[in-house]
Amino acid sequence: MNEEGVHPVIEMRGVQVAALGDPLLIVLANVNWSVLPGEFWVVAGPQHSGKSDLLMQAAGLMATVNGTCRVFGRDTREFDETQITERQRLGLVFADGKLFNRLTIAENVALPLRYHKEFSDEETARIVEELLELLELTPYASLMPGNVASVWRQRAALARALALKPELLLLDNPNGGLIMRHRQWLVNFLDQLWHGHEFFGGRPMTIVATTDDLHPWQNSPRKFAALHEGHFTVLGAWGSNEFASNHIVKELLAEAAEMEKR
Amino acid sequence: MHGFLAKAFDPASLQKFRRAPLPRSYTDYLGRQIFLLLLTVQGLAAFALITLGVILKKSSVARGVIQPRIRQELNRAGVSLMPMFIFLALALGFLVIGQTVAALARVGATDYLGSTMVIVVVRELGPLITAFLVLARVGAANVIELGTARALGEVEALEALGIDPVHYLIVPRVIGMTLGVFALTIYLILGALASGCLFAFLANVPLTPGDYLRQIADALDWLDFVLLALKAMAFGFFIAIVTCYHGLAQPLRIEDVSRVAVRAVSQGIIVCVLIDAVFIVLYLVA
Repeated sequence: MNEEGVHPVIEMRGVQVAALGDPLLIVLANVNWSVLPGEFWVVAGPQHSGKSDLLMQAAGLMATVNGTCRVFGRDTREFDETQITERQRLGLVFADGKLFNRLTIAENVALPLRYHKEFSDEETARIVEELLELLELTPYASLMPGNVASVWRQRAALARALALKPELLLLDNPNGGLIMRHRQWLVNFLDQLWHGHEFFGGRPMTIVATTDDLHPWQNSPRKFAALHEGHFTVLGAWGSNEFASNHIVKELLAEAAEMEKR
Repeated sequence: MHGFLAKAFDPASLQKFRRAPLPRSYTDYLGRQIFLLLLTVQGLAAFALITLGVILKKSSVARGVIQPRIRQELNRAGVSLMPMFIFLALALGFLVIGQTVAALARVGATDYLGSTMVIVVVRELGPLITAFLVLARVGAANVIELGTARALGEVEALEALGIDPVHYLIVPRVIGMTLGVFALTIYLILGALASGCLFAFLANVPLTPGDYLRQIADALDWLDFVLLALKAMAFGFFIAIVTCYHGLAQPLRIEDVSRVAVRAVSQGIIVCVLIDAVFIVLYLVA
């Protein structure tokens, strides 16, 4: 609990983050971070700086090497099948979507509903249909992920993560490889989720997104953090002194400007 | 020592241990192979127990998702293999009866045809051939599918959705393959015995179908039915465990999948032969 008496959604104290593929390799040291309900965090860092690993740690997919990582007040070490209700409060979108290749787009989105909820087939189909429509995925519903462009696979992964109406949404580099139109759509959509989308009952969602391109997030009232050479730094709001003077921010913005020119 | 062993039994460390440079001395090499064998046996046993635990504990969880998956696996490890098994049953009956009749007629012992068929087809060849074929056709596909899913991060995606990968990916395969091997074994045996009867009729062997069936019925004991059922289901269960263990239980890269598939099939054959040996002892003791 912080000074205002609010329980953080994510709380990391002295956490050492290991690589997902190699638990012996430490990629981030001494992470101290609190995400409060209703906050929108953007964690920036160059490629291979440990963004995905930090997100996997926050999602409880990795055992904590050192320190304490709590999500919804629960230590992620306890985040096994006995904490299935807590797990459903959290949605995770992987960088490459990680859709199930043997299921269609609609079946991918329906899977968490069919597994966790006791809805009838008609009710599940209705929710999936609405969700697909919301994310403009209706034309791709019956296609296999391999037959769909990566941008739609990414959106289907977002739809799947949203199927259980989570309170916390974690997105790993959601803008990666997107063209301007899709980037703009995504940022707007995430803003709607953040402020409370009517599909999700108007409840504001807590969002954490990682990125290696700060350009789409500029001039927004979100909170920022940066990763560089194994260190996690909280930067605060866009344009704050800490943000403006951070060399990773400068590098990423310069890269984005160069890309823009090309 | 405790730390070293804990590290060695960890799947990630096992991969490193497997890829370590070849030791210079033969005793070191032998020691490493024995250690790897023990680790594999330990891993398989743990995986089998975890799977059994999940089957029992989650029998009523997400039935709407798991039951269609079981039917799908049963179809794959059973129904879709039927045409091949009908052909095989015909061939097996013709071969065994043909050879046996020729051999027994030479020594005037055609009265033993029934017991020979029971020993060869019912107790040994039927279950073993079924197990090997299912291992080759479905077990290998299992390793490749699960290994690819593991390498592409689908297991993490399931965990992120709060879905137990063992429940969603392994349980349907284990149940489907156990029932599939059992059913195919019965069909193969019935087909082989029927085609044997047909051969005897076509080849003009001095043995009426009635005598042939009576000989088989006399040679069959209640223990044959019990042990046959247990053996066929044990084959199916352990083939599924070995192939799923290699496909899912260890972190894999996409380039590891083919190597792991070969290892899983080899170990599947060894496990089937060991189970068969255990059942031979049971037959002899009983």
